[in-house]
Amino acid sequence: MNRTDGLLTQNDFERETDTFFQGVKDCLPTVFGYLSIGFAAGVVERTAGLSLLEIALISLLLYAGSAQFITAGMMMSGMPASAIIVTVFFVNLRHLLMGAALAPFFRHLPMWKNVLLGAQLTDETFAVATTRLAGKRKGSFAWMLGLNVTAYLNWLAANLAGGLFGDWISDPERFGLDYALPAMFIGLLVLQLRERRKWAVDGSVALAAVVVAVIGSLLLSPHVGVLLATVLAATIGLGLEKWMGRGDG
Amino acid sequence: MIVSGTFFWVLLGSSLVTLLPRILPFIVLRKLRLPAWCMRWLGYIPVAVMAALLGQSLLVPDGHFAPRGDELLAAIPALLAAFFSRSLLATVLTGMAAIIVLRNVL
Repeated sequence: MNRTDGLLTQNDFERETDTFFQGVKDCLPTVFGYLSIGFAAGVVERTAGLSLLEIALISLLLYAGSAQFITAGMMMSGMPASAIIVTVFFVNLRHLLMGAALAPFFRHLPMWKNVLLGAQLTDETFAVATTRLAGKRKGSFAWMLGLNVTAYLNWLAANLAGGLFGDWISDPERFGLDYALPAMFIGLLVLQLRERRKWAVDGSVALAAVVVAVIGSLLLSPHVGVLLATVLAATIGLGLEKWMGRGDG
Repeated sequence: MIVSGTFFWVLLGSSLVTLLPRILPFIVLRKLRLPAWCMRWLGYIPVAVMAALLGQSLLVPDGHFAPRGDELLAAIPALLAAFFSRSLLATVLTGMAAIIVLRNVL
């Protein structure tokens, strides 16, 4: 999956830095971005008529930003439960791809640990983890758990804060809060590119993903757009890699 | 604070359909070894997902093609901050600072 294919066998052992606390630390930079989006989700959930207990439950059980926005929005407009559930399924189907990319790093762990790590998979923990794991063959359970639990608690706190204080902040755009999410995606993407150093191929993959995501969002739906873009762009990357003779460009 | 009936079913259903695709690869890929080409394909998923999510949040917010000048401009300092600082926090703060300045200037 990366340029070291099987070369780094002696580097596989857990290092001292692969601790739970290091995972917590590595999560901190994402806390800010998801605090603002979680806060916004809490505000929307409150507006949709959810109680604080319901906001806590949806943050802990569903635990997915865009899906929570959609659930709250669709409940508000009186959509049937079946339509909401089907929509949420498609919105979150991208986890299947991300999980498939991340899971091989943890195959040495027992089943229950794998299920636990998978259940807490999100866009940002995935990006932080794959950046850190680039060039390695095994991931540390303690480190990943630290990363996940921090993101999980931050998400709960942000949603509750949004539900509690949402009425008081009338204009979040004035503080640039709405831009925290795109800025975080920029950071996650660039760090990923820097770590992999396959600029030509990865750059083309990113460009293709943006184009397909935009067209797919307009013609089909935003969620199908992201799925389609991910699958097509990764395929283009593999094709380019073959065509360029596995070069790094 | 009562959990209402409709909400309960929506919560249960959407949590389940979210949980399954999340844990399925972690269960299946423990035993199954994917071929090398498939692993290389999966290696492109992070870049592809992040680029798709970024493109969508900047270019098609709310499902309509509506890129905003200030948001695209603010992406430039954020990109530079990410490249040179390699820090996620610095990137987010730079992006937010840039958008605040641009919104008050434009």
